[in-house]
Amino acid sequence: MSIIEAKNIFKVYDETKVPVNALNGVDLQIDEGEFTAIVGPSGSGKTTLLNIIGGLDLPTSGEIYINGTNIGNLSAGKLVDFRLHNIGFVFQAYNLIPVLTAKENTEFVMVLQKRPKEERKRKALELLKAVGLEGKMDHKPGQLSGGQQQRVAVARALASQPKFVIADEPTANLDSKSTNELLDIMAEMNRKYNTTFIFATHDKRVMDKAGRIITIDDGKVVNDEKFV
Amino acid sequence: MRSAVIIAAMAVGMIGGIVTDGMMTGMTDQRVDAAIANELSNIQIQNPQFLLNNEIKYLIPGSDTIAKKIRGYREVKGVSSRLECQAMASSANAGGGVTVLGVVPGNEVDVSDIHKHIIKGSYLDDKQRIPAVIGKKLAGKLDLNINDKIIITLADTSGTITSGAFIIVGIFKTSNDIFDVANVFVRKKDLAQLTGLAPQASHCIAIRLKNNAGTEAVISKIKNDFKELINGKLITVRGWYEISPLLRSMVEMMNMFSFIFMIIILVALAFAIVNTMVMSIMERTREIGMLIALGLNKRRTFTLIMFETLLLSLTGALAGLAVSLLIVHHYAVNGFDLGALGEGLNSIGYSAIIYFRVNTGFYLVTMIMVIFTALVSTISPALRALKLQPATAIRDNTF
Repeated sequence: MSIIEAKNIFKVYDETKVPVNALNGVDLQIDEGEFTAIVGPSGSGKTTLLNIIGGLDLPTSGEIYINGTNIGNLSAGKLVDFRLHNIGFVFQAYNLIPVLTAKENTEFVMVLQKRPKEERKRKALELLKAVGLEGKMDHKPGQLSGGQQQRVAVARALASQPKFVIADEPTANLDSKSTNELLDIMAEMNRKYNTTFIFATHDKRVMDKAGRIITIDDGKVVNDEKFV
Repeated sequence: MRSAVIIAAMAVGMIGGIVTDGMMTGMTDQRVDAAIANELSNIQIQNPQFLLNNEIKYLIPGSDTIAKKIRGYREVKGVSSRLECQAMASSANAGGGVTVLGVVPGNEVDVSDIHKHIIKGSYLDDKQRIPAVIGKKLAGKLDLNINDKIIITLADTSGTITSGAFIIVGIFKTSNDIFDVANVFVRKKDLAQLTGLAPQASHCIAIRLKNNAGTEAVISKIKNDFKELINGKLITVRGWYEISPLLRSMVEMMNMFSFIFMIIILVALAFAIVNTMVMSIMERTREIGMLIALGLNKRRTFTLIMFETLLLSLTGALAGLAVSLLIVHHYAVNGFDLGALGEGLNSIGYSAIIYFRVNTGFYLVTMIMVIFTALVSTISPALRALKLQPATAIRDNTF
């Protein structure tokens, strides 16, 4: 079943000055449980596509459906709410709130969702354990390594019980060991919770783990390969 | 660092506003208190004709009866019936115009504090021989000292110019040189004898209250009790602010200055906070973008920023309040010596040592104004934050 459906997506930046065509008619469908990497050279449009799929940006034309909802028709306020309940995010950097502990960062989205305190605590503990950070729950981001911070970000992304998780270059700032640990955790979460993961990446190690690779160039999908 | 700037700005704003007001209020209140205590009393009763042309024949009818009744009011500390004559005071070396006040010493000490300001000799009493008490400034002008003679020349009841010699028994100094140079105190019976007036005659009934704030209420009471005399234009009752409209204007002017100064402080504070919060939001563009991406809606984003300012401004205001209380208390007890300005201030009626005074309610009002200013100043930066697009904000590299 498709949870993401992009139909003829165009995105043009700076329409009135020097227009930049970031996406030139992208069509794709992503199913539940996929572990998909969107790859391409710099400037190919993969981050733009990810932002549109994640509801952080809107297409200039075309339609984007998340679980049957056309998010282009949502008001700004409803779109924020939609993201909160349906989409998890792991950014390249500056993922975590510096003054909150790992546990509090993980609970943060659940606070926004107004979930009960006991449920938040239980879920945060479960997720931090799942990402191997049970012993670092009360550490602040400044006391964690880059890889550990990204693992907390994964726990937080899953805490909101999203339909899918968007990860934009999550391994860009990590060393090899941390990258492998992070990818293993994400793959494990994908298997355990059947949560869809969508990456934008240059990293071959990410591509090697992916079950599907969508190659994008000059704002168009040029290749779409699934692996067993 | 950013938080420290806001807290410091708030604290300094509080301290600036409160301490300045404390100084101005202290200065004003001291002047008014001194004027009431030494010069004007709270209330004066005179014959309206006497106020118009100062002729000594215009007396208060039944002044003893009036004084006795008013002495019975519970708000009243003291009542003194006086004679008041415009005269020339002269010595062997110099002369000058003065107001000679003939008082009953026993009653006068309950109304005026001149007896507390004697710096040489003593105050008037019933045993001395034709005593006079003069101000230090007048003593200097006429080159007179204790036991010297001062010649008082005035017009008596028949209009004849007459002179009398008085012996200086005391020299006083108040904070008002203008008053000190222009007033001479003698016994009422001596002045009555010199002018040919009856010993019980009075030009002025001076009334001192236990509490200065009760002046208007007591005036109403007097006007009610002596309706016929007032309606018959035989007496007029005036509060200190009517006796000295200049003093009243000065009080109102100082209040206005204090208000303006507070506004200036708040405007400066507003600029500081707007600038700091704009920088704060710019520095945290990525963080705010990330929060919005995660699901922090506009209302919550706005509330987050406003709440941050509220907490910081509350901290700063409380810190400022604590320091202000310490400063005001210190100078309320010990006084703030204006030093070299002292002589100049005395010449216009002000004390050189200012005892700070702040009304209790003013602390709360200042806190509320400072916090309100901080919140209003933060609205624009907060609205700016709402315009952030998460996709671009997350990638911001400005800081």
